[in-house]
Amino acid sequence: MTSVTGGSGDRSSTANRQLVDIDKRVTTAGVLDSGFRGLTLILALAGGACLAWIIVQAAIAAWPAMQLFGFGFIFNTTWSPVTGIYGALPQIYGTLVTSFVALVIAIPVGIGTAIFLTEDFVPSYIRSPIGFAIELIVAIPSVVLGLWGIFVLVPMIRPFFQFLHSTLGWIPIFGGDAPRGNNLLLVGLVLSVMISPIIISITKSTFESIPPELRQGSLALGATRWETILRVLIPAGLSGIVSSVMLAMGRALGETMVAAMLVGNANRISASILQPGSTITSLIASQFGEAGRTQVSALMYAGVVLMVLALVVNIFAEMIIRRFQNVE
Amino acid sequence: MQTQVDNQTQTETKRVFKLDNVNVYYGPHLALRDVNMDIMEHEVTSFIGPSGCGKSTLLRCFNRLNDLITGARVEGNVTYHGANLYGEKVDPVVVRRKIGMVFQKPNPFPKSIYENIAFGVRVNGMKVNMDEVVEQSLRGAALWDEVKDKLKDSGLSLSGGQQQRLCIARAIAVQPEVILMDEPCSALDPISTLRIEELIKELKQKYTIVIVTHNMQQASRVADVTAFFNAEAVEKGRRVGYLVEYGPTEMIFNTPREQYTLDYVSGRFG
Repeated sequence: MTSVTGGSGDRSSTANRQLVDIDKRVTTAGVLDSGFRGLTLILALAGGACLAWIIVQAAIAAWPAMQLFGFGFIFNTTWSPVTGIYGALPQIYGTLVTSFVALVIAIPVGIGTAIFLTEDFVPSYIRSPIGFAIELIVAIPSVVLGLWGIFVLVPMIRPFFQFLHSTLGWIPIFGGDAPRGNNLLLVGLVLSVMISPIIISITKSTFESIPPELRQGSLALGATRWETILRVLIPAGLSGIVSSVMLAMGRALGETMVAAMLVGNANRISASILQPGSTITSLIASQFGEAGRTQVSALMYAGVVLMVLALVVNIFAEMIIRRFQNVE
Repeated sequence: MQTQVDNQTQTETKRVFKLDNVNVYYGPHLALRDVNMDIMEHEVTSFIGPSGCGKSTLLRCFNRLNDLITGARVEGNVTYHGANLYGEKVDPVVVRRKIGMVFQKPNPFPKSIYENIAFGVRVNGMKVNMDEVVEQSLRGAALWDEVKDKLKDSGLSLSGGQQQRLCIARAIAVQPEVILMDEPCSALDPISTLRIEELIKELKQKYTIVIVTHNMQQASRVADVTAFFNAEAVEKGRRVGYLVEYGPTEMIFNTPREQYTLDYVSGRFG
């Protein structure tokens, strides 16, 4: 012991100053670390800035129309470039109705498919191709879906529209005049094809991330498979499911090509979803090319309304999620 | 052999499970071979042995939870009160209502404490006073005093040990006959572990308990009967588990028939 202390007199003097060297030092890793942090910060801010920039630009372009028509714009049903009076109520109505129809179809289909693809109902050599095919739907350009709607779906589904009209015509949403090929229900159907894969793929990964212990815990209590899915897995994955629906709805609200090609572009509000109508996006797409100055401004105003609509719906949904989570 | 036959009539009423030449396969591979044993009513039977020796696999045979694993297959005879557990007419869902299970990792549902317990009772369609069942089950799991004022809170807000007791409460709420426990304390601290062990000793008055554990002291503290499993290497590094011996816990820990058992329980193997 003594010899060691004696021999290390030099070392003990350094130890007086500092036992170990743990001071900050500039290293490559340190620089990369802070650099990477800065980079991610910039990228994140850029996303938000883009949104703000778009909103500001749209609002500036829409400003003249906002001054002219005020809030009356969203309650007025006239869209007349000749008289210079613009109101977007039929388009707002059409947008909401088509998106709603699309969701009514896509939510059960999407959640059902996601359950089917994650819960071992069929062997994986059947599951994988189905899952792959579904994800490919997202890659179909919407103009192709629009053409498919015009040339394939409309002739095929016309008898079904007529059937709905003749047997359920007493319900206002299927009533009115004889059904047309281009109508709100058709747009809703094609939109549901477009948005189902979004719901499926997000809901699927939500179910996949639920720990298997939960599933086993439920089954071990004597719950059947369906009870496990309905009462444990769906509540556990609810926030994932709701956010998939939100994304899908955003897509449905903003989809332009399908709506422009299939909705019929009729500036009117009818209770029947078998009648043609118009959406905000189809209005903008079909009129922007040859619009005069006030009309462009009015179209931009309609665009702003659409953005606000999407925002309101998202906030609303967020509140629903919060409510659910509190209950659970 | 002769003595076994003689004892048969005497033990018939008390025997809950009987295993005859049970082999368990995962796909083409044998995971556990040739298990013969009885599980007796109101006793705590512990399964000990090194990792990969098939203890948990065997445990999951009792409530048919292996059914969930694609390719898993049970050969031989598993009888529950004399009835073939793997018979064609047997509904695994009904089996699991009678044979509860507590898992290695506490797995409360992401619901309130109350709903965690009510869930099993509801899916079983039991016509009972729910508030009463919730209280009784939580008392049974020695958790009531800690949670009685916050039954509406999420089950996930509890500590690990409390969560595990919630899972036990959830299991006893559906009034099973048997409770299977798969290393129920491996994720818990020593104090929580002790509470669960005390609970196990109380629970055996009403239930038959089978517990898998890696903790030798735990087995010696709680179990009436202990079964020692081991694994042997077969081709290509695969291992097959088998039952070395089973008997009264005291015997297994002090005077086992096999030298290997003695080496294992006395800690001569890691």
